[in-house]
Amino acid sequence: MAVTSLLPPLGTIRSDLESIVDWVEPGARVLDVGCGDGELLHALIHRKQVDGRGIELSMDGVRASVARGMAVIQGDADTDLKDYPSDGFDYVILSQTLQATRNPRTVLGHLVRIGRHAIVSVPNFGYWRVRADLLLRGRMPVTDRLGHEWYETPNIHFCTIADMVDLCVDMGITIERSLILGADDRPVAAPAASFRANWLGVQSVFLLQRS
Amino acid sequence: MTVATDTTRQDTSDTAVSSASGTIRLGRDQPLVVDGGGSLSGFRLAYRTYGTLNADRSNAVLVCHALTGDQYVAEPHPVTGKPGWWGLMVGPGRPVDTDRFFVICSNVIGGCMGSEGPKEIDEGTGMPWALNFPVITIADMVRAQKMLVDHLGIDQLFCVIGGSMGGMQVLQWAVSYPDKVYCCLPIATAARHSAQNIAFHEVGRQAIMADPDWRMGDYLNQGTRPTKGLSVARMAAHITYLSEPALHRKFGRNLQDRKAITFGFDADFQVESYLRYQGISFVERFDANSYLYITRAMDYFDLAADHGGVLANAFRVKGADGRLTGTPVKFCVISFSSDWLFPTSESRALVHALNAVAANVSFVEVETDKGHDAFLLDVPEFYQVARGFIEGHAARRGLNTKVG
Repeated sequence: MAVTSLLPPLGTIRSDLESIVDWVEPGARVLDVGCGDGELLHALIHRKQVDGRGIELSMDGVRASVARGMAVIQGDADTDLKDYPSDGFDYVILSQTLQATRNPRTVLGHLVRIGRHAIVSVPNFGYWRVRADLLLRGRMPVTDRLGHEWYETPNIHFCTIADMVDLCVDMGITIERSLILGADDRPVAAPAASFRANWLGVQSVFLLQRS
Repeated sequence: MTVATDTTRQDTSDTAVSSASGTIRLGRDQPLVVDGGGSLSGFRLAYRTYGTLNADRSNAVLVCHALTGDQYVAEPHPVTGKPGWWGLMVGPGRPVDTDRFFVICSNVIGGCMGSEGPKEIDEGTGMPWALNFPVITIADMVRAQKMLVDHLGIDQLFCVIGGSMGGMQVLQWAVSYPDKVYCCLPIATAARHSAQNIAFHEVGRQAIMADPDWRMGDYLNQGTRPTKGLSVARMAAHITYLSEPALHRKFGRNLQDRKAITFGFDADFQVESYLRYQGISFVERFDANSYLYITRAMDYFDLAADHGGVLANAFRVKGADGRLTGTPVKFCVISFSSDWLFPTSESRALVHALNAVAANVSFVEVETDKGHDAFLLDVPEFYQVARGFIEGHAARRGLNTKVG
């Protein structure tokens, strides 16, 4: 394709995205909410032959994805998910975006409504370094995953892994599977509801289903 | 379907498609029944094709033209001598690559470049149709195109693409013949014509009808031409195709060939001179009654109204099990940020309806200050998006090799 030469190549993907690719069944219908420049969709289409769609807020991301031949629309998780039909997709993916939505609970409800499964990854505000920043330094934490100063962060609804587990219970959402990634993206062998997961996890990935 | 040929360029066999361009007559056996009542039998359709149809007839792309466009999409216009109206989109190596695709573009019915319209002779009376031509709709235009596509022996179009009124036809194709279109690009368009757009069209029509040379539409028989009225209609419409920043950038308040204002009603300003030129050059190539008919067809366009007031229902089709399911057509909806005639909100409403049926849709708003006309102009990002969409789907259909 002549056009690909105009766009930066898609390299290896983040480790939380790798696990998402692993979890998706081949040939599934997938909606990636907040798909950025389409790197996860691209991997899913080429490695899992999915029927993939994306929603992305940034126009630059949308243009790059469409120019790469992916089906992506400019849209907003907070306002545009309500248009999608129930069970329209096998998987709805929300990667590192829930904490940036205005109404995470409503968004999460739409994810498990639209998809037979939802895959959600979130940064963990309960990670021990984050807690230490607040406890010992008295400063809002800035880490690799939470890489913004407080006054410019798009992340407006922080939560911990324990908070996510509680919200899922409250909303009647089943956590089918979870992956806790610690420092340097090393998996932490611990159940999502454990203290250990919430203490050592930099981020977590959940496979969810409405009960 | 029997096809009789007409005039100079002969289209005598169904097999000689790659060179078949000209004017054919369609609907002799099965007339085209139009939405407004009545029918057209043996009507003319003027068209051009580019590229070569492949062996399994799977590489056809239909280009739909806008209000004042015609079939000369990728070659010089026979009247004005100007380059094809979409040379940036259609041609060798372009997003609609004529080295790989078989491109069809026909003049809409109601038009004035050879297709059946008010300017042509009504076979029944031997006189120009004028206002006896039936009022037509976008769906009627598409029905005529479908007869042409059938005549060419093409079962499914790989792609249907068009901007503005062309985009309306694209949407109508996807709605009327969802299994005959693989993918489509409705550009700078809407699923219905807005009140503001109907209002602008009415100004244009009133300008034409106020011209004494219009003669109640009978000017061809009376040897006059309502050039003043048509020219004013074009001037008013042309403003709506641009944007305030584009007009300012192009002309500002610059004076035309003079140092100071003249305190008169000559074209003191460059923008006046430009508009007058647009009006005058338009009347050379366009018919006033055609302008009435085609603007009316756009005004009547409302896909939601045709489907119980719910736009999403236009995109539901019966599946193999008899249940309603989302359209199989793949969409790439494109709007332009400074287009106030077909603003992004119209495209977004369309995208929401497509999402509601879980259709395969891409949507991009291209940043530009060039207004509605941006789809015809050099806006590299627009062509990059169109190329990416078309190439992505061509690869899936195995259409990325040269043909012919």
